[in-house]
Amino acid sequence: MTGKSLRSDVTVIGGGLVGMATAIGLAQIGLSVTIIDMAPKGDLVAQEYDGRSSALAYASCRLLDGLGIWDHMEPYAQPILEIRVSDGPSLFHLHFDNETLGDGPLGHMVENRHTRIALFKRLEDIDTITYLAPEKVARIERTHGEARVITESGIEVSSTLLLGCDGRNSIVRKHADIGVTHWGYGQTGIVCSIEHEFSHCGIAHERFLPSGPFAILPLTGNRSSLVWSEKDHLVETIMALGPKAFEAEVKKRAGDFLGDISVIGGRWAYPLTLQCADKFHDNRLALVGDAAHGMHPIAGQGLNLGLRDVAALLEVIADSARVGLDYGDEGTLERYSAWRHTDTLTLLSVTDVLTRLFSNDIAPVRHLRDAGLATVDKITPLKNFFMSHARGTVGDLPRLLRGEPL
Amino acid sequence: MTNVHPEQIATGSTVDADEVAFFAGIADSWWDPKGPFKPLHQLNPTRLAYIRQEVCRHFDLKDTLRPYETLRFLDIGCGGGLLSEPLKRLGADLVSVDASEKNIKVASLHAEQSGLDIDYRNTTAEALADAGETFDVIVNMEVIEHVADVSAYLEACRKLLKPGGIMLLSTINRTSKAYLFAIIGAEVILRWLPRGAHDWNKFLTPKELSDALEAASFTPSAPTGFSFNPLGGRWSLSDRDVAVNYAMSAAG
Repeated sequence: MTGKSLRSDVTVIGGGLVGMATAIGLAQIGLSVTIIDMAPKGDLVAQEYDGRSSALAYASCRLLDGLGIWDHMEPYAQPILEIRVSDGPSLFHLHFDNETLGDGPLGHMVENRHTRIALFKRLEDIDTITYLAPEKVARIERTHGEARVITESGIEVSSTLLLGCDGRNSIVRKHADIGVTHWGYGQTGIVCSIEHEFSHCGIAHERFLPSGPFAILPLTGNRSSLVWSEKDHLVETIMALGPKAFEAEVKKRAGDFLGDISVIGGRWAYPLTLQCADKFHDNRLALVGDAAHGMHPIAGQGLNLGLRDVAALLEVIADSARVGLDYGDEGTLERYSAWRHTDTLTLLSVTDVLTRLFSNDIAPVRHLRDAGLATVDKITPLKNFFMSHARGTVGDLPRLLRGEPL
Repeated sequence: MTNVHPEQIATGSTVDADEVAFFAGIADSWWDPKGPFKPLHQLNPTRLAYIRQEVCRHFDLKDTLRPYETLRFLDIGCGGGLLSEPLKRLGADLVSVDASEKNIKVASLHAEQSGLDIDYRNTTAEALADAGETFDVIVNMEVIEHVADVSAYLEACRKLLKPGGIMLLSTINRTSKAYLFAIIGAEVILRWLPRGAHDWNKFLTPKELSDALEAASFTPSAPTGFSFNPLGGRWSLSDRDVAVNYAMSAAG
């Protein structure tokens, strides 16, 4: 035990995108923050640590811009100019492009590694954030007025508020004994990147195959990120395939419109499940991002949903702190929880229905959904509704997502 | 628990566990956002936002989390300390007074639990003025409608304000909407406030308050409304809707 003790206004457990963005926002408000993360800092930005990419909706990019992070990311971000949704071999399809809404791209694809580098760059300008890593949480204690975290190396950090930004298996959530509801689909998402002969022209493709959705998302250059959902029992075999055989399977599904294709970097498998914590706050603590809710990669909304949490939380904290109210008390956290819990449950339910509807090959269901896609494509208001969802510009939006300052 | 009257306990010189427990019980009710003081808790962020806006504008303060650091504040009629604690967090050098000894006990205990050192005093504006105390900012929220002699009270406040200082007031308008909302709505139907908490005849219209302030040598501002949205249970500042709750600032 070193017995070192620190005091900061807020402690953030988990230094991922959600945790870092939250900490940077809190610093902008004027609060001091300690981030505790398990992984050594250098590992997080290494190429081999995470070859994945994320889709950032238009609103999320605005949030990152408001936090001074986007400038560091933009050179590595591929704008999504168009989204094409089709149902397997069917000719009916749904087509979204930015000209319909006329306000910049629908979103951007960014490699997670570049996002992390950008976050650390932004962190360099801020002297009110302490980054403790690698450190594991040994114990959490909470009283009426504060939360205390004791790490395995014996560092004690006390704060007015503790934030669990520590992912699907959140230690903070378990400590507060907050339950989780799960939905599973017997499907797994396989994620990898490809290099291709022809340009993707900034178009994202989502195809509903009998085994589940298959998405091709544009990255910078002639590269794309793939999200391929497959029935659980086949995944082990697919993941064990040699590079040539795996590439052949990818080609079969992606088609030939991108010309010759080769798989670059690693592959990852994620079970397609949805989960939602029973509540997003407790005395002196709140859950943010995947700690509060988990979403499979099909809808490309997981991270965007997390950033919506960040924006809402920063707004309620700023509103309280600026007028001198206790930003870690029940009143402030309740406002965050009420705001985000409803929004999350709505999105998870919609995703649940879509996943069930599109992950089967029963003929009547398929005809029905084809008719549905064709109908949506023709009805402009309905199409705009779906598109605004994709851009993340619907609902009771926090200021940062509307492109306004905190 | 023995049934002892709070005023009797207050005269005791030593603090015992029963006394602390007794006042902790009352403190919980003042500070319970869902308890009898729910309307004040709902209004609080908006009142505080108004104070911040006016004080920062008047003294041209920087937009930080401790803007009040150079200023001496007086919170009159502080009650359980719902405004005092936020003012202290924002850096104010603060004296908070209330005529009720019970309120002062409750407020002191809660401030201690919040780790805040606030100078709470069981006294009145008149007594402070007689003692020659002066302040940069006087916070006078939801008090004037309870005062017996408005002009004598405002004269005492004028003596308490330093030259170049500012006083913030908020109260309830004497309109039929205010009667419906504050008395029938809040007191009778919703039971948010204890019945008889307000005497409608004592309410001042913005014009009457403005005239009374001028008579006491203040320079009053135009009124700002505190507008309530019953759907979200949230208040906001409004330039137009001053029909029920409104605020006014008065320069010295």
